Amino acid sequence: MAGAESAHLLTGYAAARAEELARAAYGRLLAILAARDGDIESAEDCLAEAFAQALRSWPETGVPGNPAAWLLTVARNRQRDIRRSAAHRLSDPLDDVMRGIARGTGPGGVNGGVHAAALSTMQELDPDAIPDRRLALLFVCAHPAIDPVVRTPLMLQVVLGFDTGQIARAFVVPTATMAQRLFRAKRRIHDARIPFVVPERGQMAERITPVLEAIYGAYAIDFPLVAGTEPRDSLAAESHYLAATLADLLPDEPEALGLAALISLSLARRPARGKGDELVPLDEQDPSLWDAELIALGERYLHRAHTLERVGRFQIEAAIQSVHCARATSGVTDWRALRTLHAALLSIAPTLGARVAYAAAVGRVEGAGAGLEALDAIEDEAAQRFQPAWAARAHLLAETSRAGEAVAAYEHAISLTTDNRARRYLQRRCARLLGGGRRL
Amino acid sequence: MRYALLIHYPQPAPSTLTEGDIEEGKAAFHAYAKALDDAGVLLSAEVLQTIASATSVSVKQGKLQVQDGPFADTKEAFAGIFMLDVPDLDAALAWAEKCPAARWGTVEIRPSAVRFIDGAWTSAT
Repeated sequence: MAGAESAHLLTGYAAARAEELARAAYGRLLAILAARDGDIESAEDCLAEAFAQALRSWPETGVPGNPAAWLLTVARNRQRDIRRSAAHRLSDPLDDVMRGIARGTGPGGVNGGVHAAALSTMQELDPDAIPDRRLALLFVCAHPAIDPVVRTPLMLQVVLGFDTGQIARAFVVPTATMAQRLFRAKRRIHDARIPFVVPERGQMAERITPVLEAIYGAYAIDFPLVAGTEPRDSLAAESHYLAATLADLLPDEPEALGLAALISLSLARRPARGKGDELVPLDEQDPSLWDAELIALGERYLHRAHTLERVGRFQIEAAIQSVHCARATSGVTDWRALRTLHAALLSIAPTLGARVAYAAAVGRVEGAGAGLEALDAIEDEAAQRFQPAWAARAHLLAETSRAGEAVAAYEHAISLTTDNRARRYLQRRCARLLGGGRRL
Repeated sequence: MRYALLIHYPQPAPSTLTEGDIEEGKAAFHAYAKALDDAGVLLSAEVLQTIASATSVSVKQGKLQVQDGPFADTKEAFAGIFMLDVPDLDAALAWAEKCPAARWGTVEIRPSAVRFIDGAWTSAT
């Protein structure tokens, strides 16, 4: 199962890479077409028609010298035709509503079928032949006026070209619901005239945060059932691609680089995260299973971010990952460095997860007693229902002589665990404690 | 402790759901029930037909009244029940949050009071 799973992960990653060229070209074309009047829906339709026409005519005429320019011209002509005919007839307000309804029903919208075939044709494309305006498109998708829940799906659709059905499956909502959300967001972009621009330097710090969060959202998505499901794995690769794109387009934004580093370093360890049907926590993973190439890539992003000397949440999280990954070469985990980094993270992003992680690091450096004190210091009712807090408490108690309390904490953590693989790991730890107790 | 997860969601008009939507819903409920079962906390699970097939019966006015339709005509209708055996409300909450229907409806958690077993009503706790 572990073998099959890591093979699957690698296939997913390789497949995502193979489609990278096609994706890059898709997002670039759409960014240019949609920027004109902010009508993403119409731009998507025109681009889909251009693909369809390419599939019809290229087999006969051969692939044109600059296929991207060819597609752009055909799509633009189509946009012009639509605008002309719209100007010549009385506008019918029902028309748009009907268009939305038609979209909402079929999986993948009207052009789902054409799309997959077009993507493979697009492998011929040289994305660099098209100016890259995707940055503006990313900022549109994560504009403050767009509902946060739809930002990530919107990016997957307009920047990467996923159809609605695929996105709905990844987020485990009915296709019609996802279609409706995407439709509303695109209407809003058009109707409210959200500008297709990259924010000015002064606004960048504020505006980049939702972009980073939406991209990270695709990586850290909380699925209803978290048992290494297929969409989760493939979305991780897509999220990595988006983060890398953003970092390449904004090479002087340390947090963009930090996010690319964080996702590279986390993704690198995925093959080692499961053994059989049991979860393997970070510090028990076999580093030889980690992806050295991805780690090196992550380190490059992180290094460049550091040279810019503006620290932020994603850079600190990436640095934490980097310390863990260093075990692959040093053979040990530097828990002192981790405690410092977790403390730094707490000072800028004091989430419940960050507080629990800090307590665990304190436990490693100063002993289980200090770790438990740090856990007890968390004044948040939600901690009572927070599975990681109970798992951390159980591990810390297991290191003290309070075996009975540790077992109780494990049992409580297990009752809060809906992921089967994580539960089996906790059950084994708990059983070990019970077994050890009997021997004494 | 036994808890009922009572699932409520808007009754979709048959025409608004595609084959694909139905398949996705089935797959999500399958994965959910499987996870509950693997965790050893699932007592039973049942998803009901739509309210179009409901019949309501009452004798509270003194004579039998049989009504074609649901007891309460609400936007979100009762659609199914999962009975769980978990230690406490927090565990029930953790599972309710993962219920696929929570994404398009509401999951009501109700602790069991008594149940009929071996010929007698017995406290469920």
